[in-house]
Amino acid sequence: MSEITHQEKVMPRGRGNIRWDAILIWGGVFALLAILGWGLLQTFNSPPTDVAPGFEMRFYDGYHWDEKAVAHLDDMQGQIVVLNFWASWCVECRLEADLLEQAWRDYRDQGVVFVGIAYVDTEQHANQYLEEFGITYPNAPDLRIAISRQYKITGVPETFFIDRDGRIVRHIIGPVQPAVLTSLLNSMLAN
Amino acid sequence: VEIHGEEKGRFLFNLSANLRAILRESPRHFLKLLILPLALLWFGGQAHAQQPVGAVTDNEVNEVARDIYCPVCENVPLDVCPTQACSDWRAIIRQQLAEGQSKEEIIDYFAVRYGEQIRSAPPRYGIFWFFWLIPVLGVGLAAIFFGRYVWQLQKRPSTNRQPVVTAVAKEDYLAQIEEELGKKK
Repeated sequence: MSEITHQEKVMPRGRGNIRWDAILIWGGVFALLAILGWGLLQTFNSPPTDVAPGFEMRFYDGYHWDEKAVAHLDDMQGQIVVLNFWASWCVECRLEADLLEQAWRDYRDQGVVFVGIAYVDTEQHANQYLEEFGITYPNAPDLRIAISRQYKITGVPETFFIDRDGRIVRHIIGPVQPAVLTSLLNSMLAN
Repeated sequence: VEIHGEEKGRFLFNLSANLRAILRESPRHFLKLLILPLALLWFGGQAHAQQPVGAVTDNEVNEVARDIYCPVCENVPLDVCPTQACSDWRAIIRQQLAEGQSKEEIIDYFAVRYGEQIRSAPPRYGIFWFFWLIPVLGVGLAAIFFGRYVWQLQKRPSTNRQPVVTAVAKEDYLAQIEEELGKKK
């Protein structure tokens, strides 16, 4: 019994026939996924816990550090740095403003530097806030929100305690409690 | 001059009689009389709606604010953002508009201080052109690939893979049918 023979007309596909369109489409899809993944990674990254990221501060008028109107965190190496993020519109920040100023006055001669960074604030309101609480330690705006991005803050107030070697020892979200502040600074000074 | 009591009644009666007479005699004049007070009311209203020179309206502030996003309240444009930070920003917009600054200048002011992410759309300079070009490139590439696909479909002699029965196969097939029919008989 003979069998029916079928011939199928199939497009010839040689080895050298590369599907550039498919490569482009899949390449584009992977690039898009990579960008999305990178964005998600950046969003969910936790704040730095080891070395404090360096940044430049351009202090508000009337404020300076070591006679400088512009300073870098590296300039403060060898000192304990209390880096506080705040804003004039932040109600919780007002709870710790007096405490931070008082601590700065108490510890400034022991090699402790307090630095205030105003997060998403207008210059006028920030200056009013600083004047209202009589804050004398160096304060600077977070220009282009670069510093808060590096430190991945989730809001204000947030405070980072950086030791003499430029390492983050503690990160406090919310207003700092007096007992915690004193004990932390004493412990860091003792070390 | 104030009109009281009887005088007022007589005045209204005369006015009404005159209007009716005009309507009867010349409807076109009556129409003009009707349009004139309406026009006066309209332009008068326009004049009353004007703000004093230099004052900035909420609408003008919102026109700029809707293209700015505060970093504190993500994905909420400034014109509807209820926080204090946004309120402070709107006050700055109002002040800068009063100083005669343009919308672009104001948005640039915020972008310099708070970063490019405050913009509702990427700016049209430098690397940011890339973001404007992505959709155009995407649509262009899609059109090219779709065009190629359609062209290939048209170029193919047949879209589905139909079996081609050769003459030999056909003869065999007919022979097989006859054989099967013979068996049945």
